[in-house]
Amino acid sequence: MILAVAGLSRGMLQDSMNRARGVGADIWIKPPGASAISLTGSSMPQSVLRYFRQVPHVKLATGTAVQPIGGVSTITGIDYDEFVAMSGPFRFLEGGPFQNDDDILIDRYYAEQQKLKTGDKVTILNHEWRVCGVVEPGKLARLFVRLRRLQELTNSEGKLNQAFLKLDDPARTQEVVNYLKSQPELAGYSIYSIEEFLSLFSMNNVPGLKAFIYVIIGLSLVIGFLVVGLTMYTTVLERTREIGILKALGASPLDIVGILVRETVMLAVAGWIAGILLSLGAHWAINTHVRANLQSEIAPDWWPIALAVSLTASLLGALYPGLRAARQDAIEALSYE
Amino acid sequence: MEPIIIVRDLRKIYHVGDVDVHALRGVSMEVPRGEFVSIVGPSGSGKSTLFHVLGGLTSITSGQVIVDGQDLSQISDTERTRLRRKKVGFVFQRYNLLPTLTALGNIEIARYFGGQKGPLPEDFLEIIRLLGIEHRLHHKPRALSGGEQQRVAIARALVNRPAILLADEPTGNLDTENSEAVLSLLRDLNHRFGQTILMITHNPEAAAFADRIIHMRDGKVIERS
Repeated sequence: MILAVAGLSRGMLQDSMNRARGVGADIWIKPPGASAISLTGSSMPQSVLRYFRQVPHVKLATGTAVQPIGGVSTITGIDYDEFVAMSGPFRFLEGGPFQNDDDILIDRYYAEQQKLKTGDKVTILNHEWRVCGVVEPGKLARLFVRLRRLQELTNSEGKLNQAFLKLDDPARTQEVVNYLKSQPELAGYSIYSIEEFLSLFSMNNVPGLKAFIYVIIGLSLVIGFLVVGLTMYTTVLERTREIGILKALGASPLDIVGILVRETVMLAVAGWIAGILLSLGAHWAINTHVRANLQSEIAPDWWPIALAVSLTASLLGALYPGLRAARQDAIEALSYE
Repeated sequence: MEPIIIVRDLRKIYHVGDVDVHALRGVSMEVPRGEFVSIVGPSGSGKSTLFHVLGGLTSITSGQVIVDGQDLSQISDTERTRLRRKKVGFVFQRYNLLPTLTALGNIEIARYFGGQKGPLPEDFLEIIRLLGIEHRLHHKPRALSGGEQQRVAIARALVNRPAILLADEPTGNLDTENSEAVLSLLRDLNHRFGQTILMITHNPEAAAFADRIIHMRDGKVIERS
């Protein structure tokens, strides 16, 4: 469970990073009040792009509107020509650019998951779109529509959720960021160099993610403790007679505890290995069947943590049954049916 | 030569709820080294309690018990564990082999607790041959007959060369043929290796295999023959 959650968290963050990098911008700007990597947030006036275009060294400026469509999925409105000018042309697997306002471009993962192809109709935001093309993933979003159309549908005409700037010289990025931050009219805007923005894609910066993982670890400890505790308790009861035999053969209470601890450790390690295999299975299943919504990565650096959790829970669970076994009266145990 | 077992005025009281059960009421006896002794008596006569005291499975209430020079009157639980490892071998009515281990595994685990390592010594292999289980060592208990299981249990009890072998109704679960075989083996072990054996039994014919019979009733020795 821990490994699957860690892999999922990391996979989704990595995928978001890759798509953010795919925009090709040097500077990423969020409106006041927006969280750095939240799915939606506040908006900024579209007219601000004109302002950005006049800033020294800014070669291109474009903006997008982002609308959630359920779960962690979003649809993104783009100005096609500006977006392509910034990030380079889309790599079309089929179809081509927008031909009318109700066209939608989808990436390969979404097309595979939803079994869509060019010309198909798809309903999103209670609106029917026509798939005009399928593109390789890796450019900001999975679903692209015309910016103006999305703004109309969401009653947010003239508003953007984020803006991107491309400079004539990427080496001047920090200089331009500093300049923008110093402008009073941009007070409250979050302005990041792309490197700074990508560095925000860590578990620490996703609201609640770290707490969620701690909860999962806590749950794993409690469940592991209960399962191993009950298993070992049953084992001790079932083996009462065997424990009596071992005591008659000269086993000390420490020997009995030692046997149970070794069994517990084996159980924990076996569970850990099974957990790794299951997490690999989950990784494969997620990346094969729901790649458009979820992404998973293998997280080997979490394996030792999972082992520690497994061992701790198991040994805590085996504590009471072990002590009970060690205290077992040999004569009573031998007469146990 | 000093007897290997000396019991003087041994008393054992069990507390069952608010009731005191006097299991042994002043037992005295001596067993010379190398003797084969049967203890007979009806249920509740105290013979199993005597067996448990001599084997270090339970403490005594009063009196004195000396096994191979060690006074059991005031020993700690740790010393009692050591006594079971080194000086006593148990054979039970229900064999009590560990079901997940092979016959050899059952013998080896007793050896492990006895602190011995390495291959089985030649003199013990001779005992294995005498018991006739050399071809059954790699079988699990469920694949062995009752007689074979009891012979494996005897081998396990002897692997640490104990001072005394305590056998509690060793033929209680066996048919006549196997009973005779096991009793003959115990007598052979006693004769050939000088093994001291105390055997509890209800069966007068089984008791007759021993050098001496001690009769018990109501927690006391009532007759020696």
